[in-house]
Amino acid sequence: MSEFSYEIVIGLEVHVQLKTKTKLFCRCRTEFGNPPNTQTCPVCLGMPGSLPVMNKKAYFLGMRTALALNCGIPKFTKWDRKNYFYPDLPKGYQTSQFDLPMSEEGYLDIKSTKDEFEPRRVRIIRAHLEEDAGKSMHDEAAGKGDSRIDLNRTGTPLLEIVSYPDMRSAAEAKAYMQELRLLLTYLDVSDCNMQEGSLRCDANVNLHITTDDGVIATPIVEIKNMNSFRSVERGIEYEAKRQYDVWQETGKVLGELPKQTRGWDDSAQVTRSQREKEESADYRYFPCPDLVPVIVTDQQIDEVRQEIGELPSALRERLQNEFGLTIYSADVIVNQGLSLVEYYLELAAAAGDNKLAGNWVQGEVLRILNDQEIEIEDFPIDAGRLAELLQLIQTGDLDSSKAKDVFAAMLTSESSAADVVKELGIEKVDEGALEALCQVLVERNQRIVDDVKSGNEKAVGALIGQAKKENPNVNPGQVRQICLEIINNL
Amino acid sequence: MSIIQKTASEQLALLNSGELTSVELTQAYLNQIEQIDGQVGAFLRVETESALAQAAAIDQKRATGAPLGKLAGLPVAIKDILCTKDTPTTCGSRMLENFEPPYNATVVEKLLAADAVILGRTNMDEFAMGSSTENSAYQTTQNPWDTTRIPGGSSGGAAACVSADMAPLSVGTDTGGSIRQPAALCGCVGLKPTYGRVSRYGLIAFASSLDQIGPLARTVEDTALLLEVLAGHDPLDSTSVNQPTPAYSETVNQPLENLTLGVVDRHFGEGIDPEIEAAVQAAIQVYESLGATIKHIEMPHADYGIATYYIIAPCEASSNLARYDGAHYGYRTDQAEVVAELAEDGSDEGPLVRMYRKSRSEGFGEEVQRRIMLGTYALSEGYYDAFYLKALKVRRLIRQDYDAAFEQVDMIIGPVTANPAFAQGEKTSDPMAMYLEDLYTVTANLAGIAGISLPCGFTSGGLPVGLQLQAAPFQEEKLLRAAQMYQAATDFHTRRPELS
Repeated sequence: MSEFSYEIVIGLEVHVQLKTKTKLFCRCRTEFGNPPNTQTCPVCLGMPGSLPVMNKKAYFLGMRTALALNCGIPKFTKWDRKNYFYPDLPKGYQTSQFDLPMSEEGYLDIKSTKDEFEPRRVRIIRAHLEEDAGKSMHDEAAGKGDSRIDLNRTGTPLLEIVSYPDMRSAAEAKAYMQELRLLLTYLDVSDCNMQEGSLRCDANVNLHITTDDGVIATPIVEIKNMNSFRSVERGIEYEAKRQYDVWQETGKVLGELPKQTRGWDDSAQVTRSQREKEESADYRYFPCPDLVPVIVTDQQIDEVRQEIGELPSALRERLQNEFGLTIYSADVIVNQGLSLVEYYLELAAAAGDNKLAGNWVQGEVLRILNDQEIEIEDFPIDAGRLAELLQLIQTGDLDSSKAKDVFAAMLTSESSAADVVKELGIEKVDEGALEALCQVLVERNQRIVDDVKSGNEKAVGALIGQAKKENPNVNPGQVRQICLEIINNL
Repeated sequence: MSIIQKTASEQLALLNSGELTSVELTQAYLNQIEQIDGQVGAFLRVETESALAQAAAIDQKRATGAPLGKLAGLPVAIKDILCTKDTPTTCGSRMLENFEPPYNATVVEKLLAADAVILGRTNMDEFAMGSSTENSAYQTTQNPWDTTRIPGGSSGGAAACVSADMAPLSVGTDTGGSIRQPAALCGCVGLKPTYGRVSRYGLIAFASSLDQIGPLARTVEDTALLLEVLAGHDPLDSTSVNQPTPAYSETVNQPLENLTLGVVDRHFGEGIDPEIEAAVQAAIQVYESLGATIKHIEMPHADYGIATYYIIAPCEASSNLARYDGAHYGYRTDQAEVVAELAEDGSDEGPLVRMYRKSRSEGFGEEVQRRIMLGTYALSEGYYDAFYLKALKVRRLIRQDYDAAFEQVDMIIGPVTANPAFAQGEKTSDPMAMYLEDLYTVTANLAGIAGISLPCGFTSGGLPVGLQLQAAPFQEEKLLRAAQMYQAATDFHTRRPELS
């Protein structure tokens, strides 16, 4: 069969657990990892006669997120019931939002620093609030048919962010997830832990294949169970190839098959069919009569807008435009989170050299954070102490390799950069003495002089080695420069 | 006159003056229940021990001079739909036969805080769905005025126990008329408060946007006293309205001047029992003689009340009752039977779905299943707009009818039911006939307004007739005063059924 080119069309539905102390409709706590069914009450257990009361904090965290995603906030929003039976859904319905969500029509911009794709604006259809379901744990041990239900998670507030099918590659989908998570982290609205399920992603994927008779679309598949950025990328890549192969085999196009749900099996690196969904499911949405609609004022919306600090995209631009960092540096620093950005800003201001500060944060500081698996909050050298070190570099008192030695020593001591310099016995070499030393070395090494003269500038490196033996404090760059000048003037 | 024939207000005065103890009073009611509830069947459970213990504790409290609640020492019967901590709360259903809630309904908390004595739980139609109390999974309740007849429903036990002097006060719920209709058929007073006046927290939901808890008693004064305790904003119920609760019991005896009452002509004539029409017309004349002005008004959409109600209520019920799935609490079918059945019929239905199906089929009665199916159907894709959405629109029109009416009149006066209490079994095979029992009452629930039923006569066969007054939202205070004007001028409420 002949091969055709195709485009992957991807829309993402992201569920974000909002960082509230208590659940969406009751006062139970939302902590992760406690013994099963210890965070429940009559309301989240769906006991007869119990009634929900909205957690305002969840609504406002949802609004903060929606505003940061450039969504519009309707003044009126309401709650609806999504009816279905499942043992981890004790009421027999999920309280969600159907036709009048709390926000709609926004966007999130994504870029690739590695030029994997063109910058893209991914439009957002809506972000709405709903309650999480419990967890079913199926005991699949031989001879056992038991399923156990943990309702600790039941009623945890979720924000469901639904994008338009605007992404065109797995890399874009991954970048969208990463940028969204970064944004959520800056907003401080979620723990964003994909392993613990506080950030979950379902992808709707199909292909637009260019055939000899025009463009056809393959049936849409929803992929679930992608618990890391990598699995989002791999799941979509796998699914695209699978759909292409299935189309080659069957020729089935959109509309000829029901929408399918497939789960990503991370160990086998494949998607597997879960159920033919939605076509038969009728959730019988209707307005929840136990909850009053939410009516919000312009003033309240403005107040929430004020809470939003500078966001990643704006910070990246500022670091490039105002601080003169490269796109890459700005990206690396901003993507580490707001705390590292704040560290950088403090360091740059104190050190008085934006680029040098950028290089050090992006280089040495990040290396330590990664090696030691710590956050910047736990980094032993505060911005003020590091700024002193950078100043010593700027004045020429320290060369970069010496500076790294000082930096390493500062990690385990609380001394200032200047004190560490003294402790390590590093002394600045007097310029006249250095010139004299170079003069002696040049005179002593005629062969090297000849090499350099004949065009091999690298040969001067041997002089640097000798200079270091004579005086460990010499600055290799300076030695090199002076020696070359002397040789060239011979 | 025996102590149980006195009104709650009179009993309270005797308790406060020390002439009567709560233990004596409670024991008198327990004796009456013992003697006659075999004929009436109003109670599902009588809580003899805890009632006497509570009564003794309140007597003790009174003796020490400690501050007392508004109902200190008065027995109260509770419809078995209100959750009571660690006590069976069945909702008249097999589904909840062994269910003991781990918490109290807000009104139960309020009753306890008011030092009421909880006498027992009254019978009801299963999940409050019905108009005769015949849909109880446990027993029927007989009308104390004629034990071959039904007491009305769904709060049939709540009305019958008051009517037969087995409790001075009783708490019911009204979704489409479930307080007012049995009150009318049993010859007592029953009030459906404005939606949002009383917290629904702990009221086992039938139709959340229509359900309200309300008081039943023999007199308007007693009704006022009980409403005063039940009413009030509750942070646990977001649909409860944050409005101060007036001191109904203090103002109930103040007549209203310049009272204007609206009469809807369509309430009369075709379909209504002539004796009921005559009694209600006579009551209207009593009001005229008391200085009220009568105005004839239109309620253009009232005819759609039943149709609208029987869409909205089942829709909400189908969702509210989804939680009874056998998985978490309440009735669950036998697991071994599920496995055996599946093995036998070779169905590809999974054991979970079969467990749901069997548990719900066995746990729910026929009428509850009918309404779940009606509601599920009406909410389904393709039907939602034609049924549920349209019903919501009509509901709004009905509310607008009321709003327009209350610009012209203070209250609307009319019948509660078209017919007096009917015979046991008469309508059980005809759901539509049963649904029409709510003809005059459902519109108040759809509009969320307040309504009261009070005795206004008897048929030639000696069956009670009810008079309904309806008032604008949160006008319970005026509603009670207007009702009391009538009761002060008549003596229908003083008559007693004869039970041996």
